[in-house]
Amino acid sequence: MAQAAAPAIETIGITKRFPGTVANDRVDFSAVPGEVHALLGENGAGKTTLSNVLTGLYRPDEGEVRLFGEPVSFTCPRDAIDAGVCMVHQHFRLVERFTVAENLVLGDRRGAGRHFLIDPRAVEGQVRELGERYRLPVDSRARIWQLSVGEQQRVAILNALYQNARVLFLDEPTAVLTPDEADTLFETLRQMAAEGRTVIFISHKLHEVMAVSDRVTVLRDGRVVGTVKTSEATPQSLTALMVGHDLQTVTRVPAASVREETVLDVEDLWADGDRGVPAVKGVSLRVRAGEIVAIAGVAGNGQRELADSITGLRPHTRGEMRVGGAALKNGDPRAAFDAGVRYVPEDRLGTGVAPSLSIAWNLALRAYRHLSRGPLLRLRRMRTDAEQAIQAYDIKSSGPAMQAANLSGGNLQKLVIAREFSGAMKLLVAASPTRGLDVSAVETVHEHLLDAAATGGGVLLISEDLDEILALNDRVVVMYEGEVSEVEDRQSVEEIGLRMAGATPSESPEPADPAPSPSPTA
Amino acid sequence: MNNSLAVVLIASGVAYGTPLLFASLGELLAERSGVLNLGVEGMMLVGAVMGFWTVERVHATTAFTLVLALLIAALAGAVMAAILAFLVVTLRANQIVSGLALTIFAGAAGLSSYLGNNLNLADRPARHSFQAFLPNSMQNWPIVGPILFGQNALVYFSWVCVVVIALYLSRTRLGLNLRAVGESPAAADTMGINVTRYRYVHVLVGGAFAGLGGATITLAITPQWVSGITEGAGWIAIALVIFAFWRPELCLVGAYFFGALQALAPQLQARNISLGPTVLWANALPYLMTIAVLVVVSSGTTRRRLGAPAALGVAYVREEH
Repeated sequence: MAQAAAPAIETIGITKRFPGTVANDRVDFSAVPGEVHALLGENGAGKTTLSNVLTGLYRPDEGEVRLFGEPVSFTCPRDAIDAGVCMVHQHFRLVERFTVAENLVLGDRRGAGRHFLIDPRAVEGQVRELGERYRLPVDSRARIWQLSVGEQQRVAILNALYQNARVLFLDEPTAVLTPDEADTLFETLRQMAAEGRTVIFISHKLHEVMAVSDRVTVLRDGRVVGTVKTSEATPQSLTALMVGHDLQTVTRVPAASVREETVLDVEDLWADGDRGVPAVKGVSLRVRAGEIVAIAGVAGNGQRELADSITGLRPHTRGEMRVGGAALKNGDPRAAFDAGVRYVPEDRLGTGVAPSLSIAWNLALRAYRHLSRGPLLRLRRMRTDAEQAIQAYDIKSSGPAMQAANLSGGNLQKLVIAREFSGAMKLLVAASPTRGLDVSAVETVHEHLLDAAATGGGVLLISEDLDEILALNDRVVVMYEGEVSEVEDRQSVEEIGLRMAGATPSESPEPADPAPSPSPTA
Repeated sequence: MNNSLAVVLIASGVAYGTPLLFASLGELLAERSGVLNLGVEGMMLVGAVMGFWTVERVHATTAFTLVLALLIAALAGAVMAAILAFLVVTLRANQIVSGLALTIFAGAAGLSSYLGNNLNLADRPARHSFQAFLPNSMQNWPIVGPILFGQNALVYFSWVCVVVIALYLSRTRLGLNLRAVGESPAAADTMGINVTRYRYVHVLVGGAFAGLGGATITLAITPQWVSGITEGAGWIAIALVIFAFWRPELCLVGAYFFGALQALAPQLQARNISLGPTVLWANALPYLMTIAVLVVVSSGTTRRRLGAPAALGVAYVREEH
């Protein structure tokens, strides 16, 4: 590593304020050519803000950015691209209806596609060559919407390479990948670094940072708390830097609370996705009282549609569902609620709450029938109920009248949980319940899920986070392209990972067997 | 043979369809940039009145006057469009509401009527108008004569526009950028394309085309001005863009189809064939089309299936602070 040379990119005292918060507080950061440099931190620690400042999306309030020793000031992403600083966003900035080649031509200002009369075929050769060199195979005539998320990411990286990126930022690039795809991505990143480029890898996942980076800069609350060589760090030391204290992880004693009584019985369920094609294809599964069944899988394999169907938000086209033995009415959310189904949806701000309503009103959304006298709401009762919930669930807020939209992610999730846990719960469907939450909020949510199981509810946990799945499950089911298959070894990352990538179980002849295998054991 | 109903219908379909074609080409450009322009009807009306006013007031050769009238009509349409662009691009106002408001403001009970009445344009024959200009011998050829060679210059000009716009969209860098702005403004912005500029330019050019379409009515089809002369052509043009899947060459086909539909009633009447109450349906067409448009643009699934620009109707806010 050329430590003596000028850093490829360097910040001196970068400060970036948003209304009410300081997202970056005098950040000094530097990365040299030829390294993979990880930016590690919890959600909200300021990683994305820093990378947005460095790639021209935000302008810093204070401080200086230097590129190869020269001070630079980017006013828009294009300035950064022209200087060789590119970003692969979490939501790829690609034009879905364009072909791969058209997307590359779109930003081309010096390559084969820069002419006034466009000829996307002119870049095809180069796409193929780059794809082979960096193990990023992709069909340059395919349209983006036809590609899987992993392939779309390849296009985004190819685009950066095509733009001659010398410094490449990747924002949480593995969030949408299977473990195998992530490994391939790491090889690509290492190769780019070996060629003298600078790769800045943004993540909050320790094992990835340990696996791929040369150095790590840890951010906490907008400040740099340390830059260390990965070879001299351990996951424990990094965790301590990240959260400021050692973590106690929730542990689950498997099958401790599982009873024989079935709370959810789904048989051969089919449901359509938003585009009108089947997204859930013949799913059968069973959840028993006190059991946590985890559904693993890369997002977009039908998990959302499955959750929507069970909770009545999306009519199913075929199949049957029983909750506590009684058949559920198709596509009727209130019937599902009355039957004891509770839902913690993935999109907690959009679907989970009515953002512009107060905490008290949001809590009353499920319980309004008990909170009204004739056509009139009992406002005082709503207020006292809300105060109790805020106490019981430790929702940090200014009081029952505070708008839900102003709550932080963790407190918002507590609000959703407080509402959903009311009444007689038989089944809790929790979709990515901890996504985007910080570590302490994750702990709280996990405790609530364990509570729900301990008090005799069945829990269907849909998650992409393998750590979460491993920590909480009694059984693991993998969902892939609308179908589910049960995993034999509920603690095997390898098996779950392979299934998530679409591998079929080699041994079990009835992969989606609805009957619970004899008590799951660890 | 050239007087047979089919030939006459097609020939007048081409003529009556030309205002629709101009207006829908303009709407197509605006929509490809992501802006739904529901002000087309108003822009056409203003173009119609301003074009006719030019012809009445300017004393010069026929050719010069007519070209000047077209330019002024286009300019008037563009000025109206500038109001819309400012509202929906700069102020990020709701596009449906803004467009409707603009049409009401400029419409039959508003600005265009005020201008026409105040400038005393009603009940006057046009001093100049567009006529078929190819030699009679060509116009008399069987079938193709009246359809292809018996048309006025605006028809041929509209064909040029279709070809130019089709090539612009599919073959040029500017067209690619435009499509990117309409599909994914965030991606376009990242790649250094000025989303605001593209939207302004194409809404303005779109408004100019609408003005041109309006002037086509008052200068070529019925060379006179009456209040509300477009009779809902703007609404049909908007619907046409959807039924043409946002492709200029299909706009041409659709425009001529609706043009022929418009010509049907008078032609049948002239031949003493009674239509009865079906005429009412023809009159209701613009309004039915409007409903169809509003249904389509407000349903996400339908839009995607038809191939609408993904960002149509959505203001772009760069996530920056």
